[in-house]
Amino acid sequence: MLAFVIRRLMQSVLVMLTVALIAFALFNYVGDPINNMVGQDTTLQDREKLRQDLGLNDSFVVQFARFVGHAAQGNFGLSYQQARPVGQIILEKMPATLELSLTAAFLALLFGVPMGIYTGLRRESWGAQALLAVSLVGVSLPTFLIGILLILIFAVILGWLPSFGRGTVTHIGWWTTGFLTIDGWRAIILPAITLALFQMTLIMRLVRAEMIEVLRTDYIKFARARGLTSRAVNFGHALKNTLVPVMTITGLQLGSIIAFAVITETVFQWPGMGLMFIQAVTFADIPVMAAYLVLVGFFFVVINLVVDLLYYVVDPRLRVEREAAHG
Amino acid sequence: MGLHIRRLILAGSAVVLLAGGAGAKTFRWANDGDSNSMDPYARQETFLLLFDQSFYEQLVRWDKDMKLEGALATEWSQTDPTTWRFKLRQGVKFHDGTPFTADDVVFSYDRATHPGSNVASPLATVKEVKKIDDYTVDFITDGPDPIMPNNLPTISIMSKKWCEEHNTTRAADLTKNEESYATRNENGTGPFILADRQPDVKTMLKKNPDWWGLKQWPIDFDDTVFNRIENASTRVSALLSGELDFLYTVPPQDTDRIEKTPGMKIWKTPELRTIFLGMDQSRDELLESNIKGKNPFKDKRVREAFTKAIDEDAIAAKVMRGYAHPTALMIGPGVNGYDPALDKRFPVDIAGAKKLLADAGYPDGFEVGFDCPNDRYVNDEAVCQAVVAMLARIGIKANLLAQTRAKYFGKINAPKYDTSFYLLGWTPGTQDALDTIKALVMTRRDKNGVFNIGGYSNPKLDDLAGQIQVELNQDKRNTLIAQALTMIKDDYAYIPLHQQIVVWASRDNVTVAPMGNNTFQLRYVTMK
Repeated sequence: MLAFVIRRLMQSVLVMLTVALIAFALFNYVGDPINNMVGQDTTLQDREKLRQDLGLNDSFVVQFARFVGHAAQGNFGLSYQQARPVGQIILEKMPATLELSLTAAFLALLFGVPMGIYTGLRRESWGAQALLAVSLVGVSLPTFLIGILLILIFAVILGWLPSFGRGTVTHIGWWTTGFLTIDGWRAIILPAITLALFQMTLIMRLVRAEMIEVLRTDYIKFARARGLTSRAVNFGHALKNTLVPVMTITGLQLGSIIAFAVITETVFQWPGMGLMFIQAVTFADIPVMAAYLVLVGFFFVVINLVVDLLYYVVDPRLRVEREAAHG
Repeated sequence: MGLHIRRLILAGSAVVLLAGGAGAKTFRWANDGDSNSMDPYARQETFLLLFDQSFYEQLVRWDKDMKLEGALATEWSQTDPTTWRFKLRQGVKFHDGTPFTADDVVFSYDRATHPGSNVASPLATVKEVKKIDDYTVDFITDGPDPIMPNNLPTISIMSKKWCEEHNTTRAADLTKNEESYATRNENGTGPFILADRQPDVKTMLKKNPDWWGLKQWPIDFDDTVFNRIENASTRVSALLSGELDFLYTVPPQDTDRIEKTPGMKIWKTPELRTIFLGMDQSRDELLESNIKGKNPFKDKRVREAFTKAIDEDAIAAKVMRGYAHPTALMIGPGVNGYDPALDKRFPVDIAGAKKLLADAGYPDGFEVGFDCPNDRYVNDEAVCQAVVAMLARIGIKANLLAQTRAKYFGKINAPKYDTSFYLLGWTPGTQDALDTIKALVMTRRDKNGVFNIGGYSNPKLDDLAGQIQVELNQDKRNTLIAQALTMIKDDYAYIPLHQQIVVWASRDNVTVAPMGNNTFQLRYVTMK
């Protein structure tokens, strides 16, 4: 087991190197950061000198090698935009993104799973049809539009919730949290719903499909024949067996929630890594972009690893097979 | 663990205190970008400079009517052709309590002109800064410079003692891989003190109760919170929902909506920035055109035809929704040297333009690449699209390439100058026509013509600019400027389009002073 984890972590290094290599190959196309960094009156010589000093004239392979060399020592350089260490900027932004993503994932599960069960069991009911129809909105409307609509309704018209930002945050060591103030809770509601909507729909439909599938199987029929209560059949037998695919998808989706929080964060000015990345792109802030992309690559690898490990916990068959194979 | 809990409780009570202090009046505002550094020499960029001027002050600065006013200097005069003498304000203290003296001015000049600083160029003509006594300094220029003080509103004065104590006697140097103390801390003399800074999120400033200028500008609020809100709709929503008192960048499409909302107010003033079109006039063959072997833009008739084909009034009315001042000159009202008599656009003349093109040997027009930013100026891409449609009427097929500013400037700027036809904007930093002439019109050489992307070159104009540079008599100087502007116009060196209108928005209990250089100064803000 330990060997498995270590092997996967080694692979993650490879994934991150690949991501960084592709990123540096693409940075040729993001534009020239120099003009953003100096005033309009800066002379040509000064511009050229800065470009030279920052190593922007080197080929992407050289720039990549330099980045990897420094990154290996934990040094991601200074942001062109802010003149501050990139590692420090990312650490500042990470709590916001993780709190938002986890809240959204939690919301998606909290509502998605029961709604999936309901629509799976009462397929013909009016309520299930309505839920399915409304959930179509969740998948078909683009995130930024949902965000803007929520802002318009709850911030501008009703004035109940703030339209931007994270509210008042509390520092706990290097971590900042919005969960300890009412302000922070109010601020997270709209962005979390916006981010959760798509995932919630996905989970609901997945659970529904799996439920329908499982309810058709023989062991459910036998269970009913044995005279078990519907409750025991539906939740004790059917639901448990739908959870493996749900877990896989939720795990993978958590990765994409973190990676794709970009749009939600932009709409709500949520001060997380996604917003930081967008700002870095418009500024051609190469050190920040590189570090962010590598970090997201790392997140994906870790989440996949955790999901794989959870399989062992949830599905006894896997453990048996593996032991048998080794045995 | 115990420590953590205690910290939580402390933080929690701090929150309660903040929320409970209802007596404190806060001015809340937002912009799409943040000031990237608290170091006033970090970058020469409008927003960074105006933001850092909340806590740093200069010897002289622009007042709300764009006239020079004394800040840390009380009077200044040219004692001989190469010396400007400044008398300094007495009794001023930096935020840490250190008194302000001539040593700080000498030190600031030194810091501003050394590597790491990006504000050295306004001081290009200054050779030396000499302390005469504690409250007198001389700026020695390397030749007569009649408008030297106009360059100083960019240069904030920093404390020598503070910079030395915190090892930041040189501005942040990106290539050094370390953060400078001044990037996130300040010690100015200005009306506000930096209280809490979360880069890219929000910054809180407290009123400086000991500021020397409180008599003239009694600031009627206790602190101010600045938020960065990048998304235009969110920014407007935050104003409309009452979470903000003031918006610095207002999206043009939302101006009407804000104006019609009860309790909201729109502030406008013409901006000094001129938006114009430039043409590659230096290469023997255009980089992006179907005409091979020659460069059509070298022919004055072609430039004239382009000028006469563009209906700027339509652009100002439709694309800019009235928020633009159509211009015939490369400088706008408010810039020294501006002459309304010269500011008459050539009338739109499609038939005439076609004839000019035919005379020049292009009866069927030609194709040319057209570079345009899409996130730099107000409605920049839409303006370019309108230009493409207007040029199509005379048979010119302009292939528009509109892209984000980093890509756009990377393409058209030195050293590549990789463009045939482009849209650009320019604000003369000194509020004087010479700045525009030097940067855009003079032949590319040394410090001249840095943004003369089309490579226009006219020895007569270079001569004239040389004279303007050293002429000390204001009337004579303005006559020379008028000659230069006429020459640029008659030679169709550029196609000026318009000056944008600065648009700000606020709640109606707030008054602000919109300024032509789009500078927002907190000292002019009042909240009823």
